[in-house]
Amino acid sequence: MKVLLPTPLADYTAQAREVEAEGATLAELLDDLDRRFPGIRFRMIDEQGAIRAHIKIFVNRRQAPGIASRLAPSDEVLVVAALSGG
Amino acid sequence: MPRLLVLVGTRKGLFIVSSGADRREWSIDGPHFLGQVVNHAVLDPRDGRTLLAAVRAGHLGPTVFRSEDLGRTWAEAQTPPAFRKAAEGERGEAVSHVFWLTPGHASQPLRWYAGVSPPGLFVSDDSGRNWKGIAGFNENPDRIQWCGGLQDAPPDGATLHSLSVDPFDADHLYIGISTGGVFESRDAGATWTPLNKGVAADFLPDPDAPFGHDPHCLRVHGAARDVVYQQNHCGIYRLDRGADRWQRIGEHMPREVGDIGFPLTLHPRDPKTLWVFPMDGGTVWPRTAIGGKPAVYESRDAGESWKRRDSGLPREQAWFTVKRQAMTSDTLDPVGLYLGTTGGELWASFDEGGAWRCLRMHLPHIYSIETAIVP
Repeated sequence: MKVLLPTPLADYTAQAREVEAEGATLAELLDDLDRRFPGIRFRMIDEQGAIRAHIKIFVNRRQAPGIASRLAPSDEVLVVAALSGG
Repeated sequence: MPRLLVLVGTRKGLFIVSSGADRREWSIDGPHFLGQVVNHAVLDPRDGRTLLAAVRAGHLGPTVFRSEDLGRTWAEAQTPPAFRKAAEGERGEAVSHVFWLTPGHASQPLRWYAGVSPPGLFVSDDSGRNWKGIAGFNENPDRIQWCGGLQDAPPDGATLHSLSVDPFDADHLYIGISTGGVFESRDAGATWTPLNKGVAADFLPDPDAPFGHDPHCLRVHGAARDVVYQQNHCGIYRLDRGADRWQRIGEHMPREVGDIGFPLTLHPRDPKTLWVFPMDGGTVWPRTAIGGKPAVYESRDAGESWKRRDSGLPREQAWFTVKRQAMTSDTLDPVGLYLGTTGGELWASFDEGGAWRCLRMHLPHIYSIETAIVP
């Protein structure tokens, strides 16, 4: 399925902002993303499996509460790095 | 011809300021990791080549990058420092940022240590590519108590810092925890003992508390046995290893200056020479140069007496702060001293503090400074 990524993660994807990944849940999708782009998952998800404080993940424009969210092959996943700091 | 590198970690990236060994002509390379916090960058003195940087973008998780070509190319650690995943129903922790990097003992050429926030300790045995927690600290049942509970955090978060390896014993480690105190291990991190006797903790109800102190910067001498100093929240100290008791050498500082500050750096060859940068710890703790008149203080007799060293530094209205990792020395003769300010200025003295000059202005907020000599 289509995954849209924010610019802070573009170094992991050779600057691609739109990539493909598969998974029946958000957790599986993130694991697949990490296989394709090593290291990218840990920048979004901490070691306890929580979405990091300034990252938001939307599935079909609805915010995912956690990585257990189920996905369908036609879903679109959008990762947003929230605005913060100075 | 050997080159001297000054690695400047900042809130917005890493800069490598360098010169020949004569320290006359300086150039700057960077920023590396523009826009990302670089808490610490260290070049491995054992191979003169491996450069590690603790990096965190504001929005993203913390990691470690390594370079073997002085920053022309970087590779991210395959397994960055991360706490153990908690069991179901257990409260887990996540690394906020990697704060301190320390190369291991000379006899363990691939070993590195990392201190993180919240206070945690990690080790790599493959030159920084893969990191694992040191269970003797991270899983220690006393750890949370040592740290005063995980909610007891300074402004940038509670952290484990000042990781030091005894140059005469690879298994002998020192750490500082803010807040928590100084601890040491003599078995490579398997067990830990508080090392805070004699240190004031004005903010604790028990004046003889075994831990809970706030070391700002601990330094273990790299060439002399059992020479340890610390700049603490409550003064400057030298460790008397025989009695394992700290002596408050800051009591010999001028009364109007006091002995509050963050950084402390040692002479690489003379164990009795050290430098500190006193700051205003009065009222609400402004943490600025005292009276807006920055000065380094030098002791040549292990803290028994101190001399003001401010020639070349601003004479007035200079209210910068020097963070705990942002003052260091080089290994040349005479020793060079370097300090970085929260206002992005890099200052240096090439005569052991006698005269200071500003090497760079307009850098981002400086978090750390390290030096290295490369072939």
